[in-house]
Amino acid sequence: MKTLVQNIEALSQRVGRDVKLMEVCGTHTMAAFRSGLRQLLPGCVHLVSGPGCPVCVTDPSYLDAAIDLCGRPGVIVATFGDLVRVPGTDSSLERERAAGASVRIVYSPSDALILARECPSKQVVFLGVGFETTVPTVAWAIWRAARDDLKNFSVLCAHKTMPRAMDALVRDKAINIDGFICPGHVSVITGAHIYRFICERYRIPCVVSGFEAWDILKSIELLLRQLAEGRAQVENEYSRSVSEHGNAAAQRLMNEVFEPCDTAWRGIGMIEGSGLAIREQYAGFDAVKVLGVQFPKAHVNPLCNCGSVLRGVASPLDCQLFGRPCSPAHPIGPCMVSGEGVCAAYYKYERIAA
Amino acid sequence: MCLAVPARIVELHNSTATISVEGALREVDVSLINEPRLGDFVLIHAGFAIHRWEQSEIEELEAIRAATDLREAIT
Repeated sequence: MKTLVQNIEALSQRVGRDVKLMEVCGTHTMAAFRSGLRQLLPGCVHLVSGPGCPVCVTDPSYLDAAIDLCGRPGVIVATFGDLVRVPGTDSSLERERAAGASVRIVYSPSDALILARECPSKQVVFLGVGFETTVPTVAWAIWRAARDDLKNFSVLCAHKTMPRAMDALVRDKAINIDGFICPGHVSVITGAHIYRFICERYRIPCVVSGFEAWDILKSIELLLRQLAEGRAQVENEYSRSVSEHGNAAAQRLMNEVFEPCDTAWRGIGMIEGSGLAIREQYAGFDAVKVLGVQFPKAHVNPLCNCGSVLRGVASPLDCQLFGRPCSPAHPIGPCMVSGEGVCAAYYKYERIAA
Repeated sequence: MCLAVPARIVELHNSTATISVEGALREVDVSLINEPRLGDFVLIHAGFAIHRWEQSEIEELEAIRAATDLREAIT
């Protein structure tokens, strides 16, 4: 460990300038804060967090639509726990649940399927939020519901994929990223090859990283070495879980059920081809079509800085709402709600230092 | 949200497995990995095994965890 930190120090001197490395995975964000490894980095190595928390990048109009759904008679909304406290325009799923609406927290999309079987008179709508890691599990639920001809299960889909979002970040001149710490568990599914275009087109090094503090430090070392040597390649630090081409069965299932679509990312805006929509063949499981869901324009607190935080151009500490009134107990923006949100990480680990 | 945890398969019935995470048991789906076997170490995300670790990969994780002492790095 000590050698790793010494190598980072030496390599950063060889690079000889400030370096901005971005992690685009909320689990990396939390691992980096929790372990305290940020304090071990030289002052010229800046670790910034990108849009790696799916809850945080979900457009608020999606939440308003989900909140509207859970109040409809005959509907049960099933969701991962991360989403329930995120505020929409006027309410949250948690608040609606406290007032009697049908919102169930599930651990797996397969649990939502079980719920649908147990409640045949209700329409169970699963909130499909997440990146490539999660998408195959939701694809499986839809595929299985189709196979079993289950009529009362559907998905409100807001799935997103990483490569196009990373492309948009690189093109944003305000951000200026020197290297990417690429998401480990997304890459388990997709394979490490999906980042190659970033190296080839933009000459930005990429390292797929594991989640132990050692993994993240090693990835930083690999990125700095590439910068020092003028290389831009995809390196795979997390080879114990990630292969070049990923999990073929999971990819097949994803492609069977979903197709690319344009989608809006909170803080970034519309990114062409960065979302996933349910294919026409599975339209009977698309909550938008089954229940006629609308996405009215949402209103967010104009002082909330989550958008800039998600692009890595502002620190949570720059936000005038941070700490008071926005805190994990009373969150205003999604980055404070989610256990993987950057603001929540700063609140938990950096507030005193600030 | 992309959290995934390593776990060992302790029971296996077709595409459903019972896994043990530090002693806690839970049923997961194993249809996304090739030929799951009893005793396999798998990576679990949202109720699904998404990757199988070979013995050498488990040993790598154990070595990394043993080496992860940040206090040593600052002394």
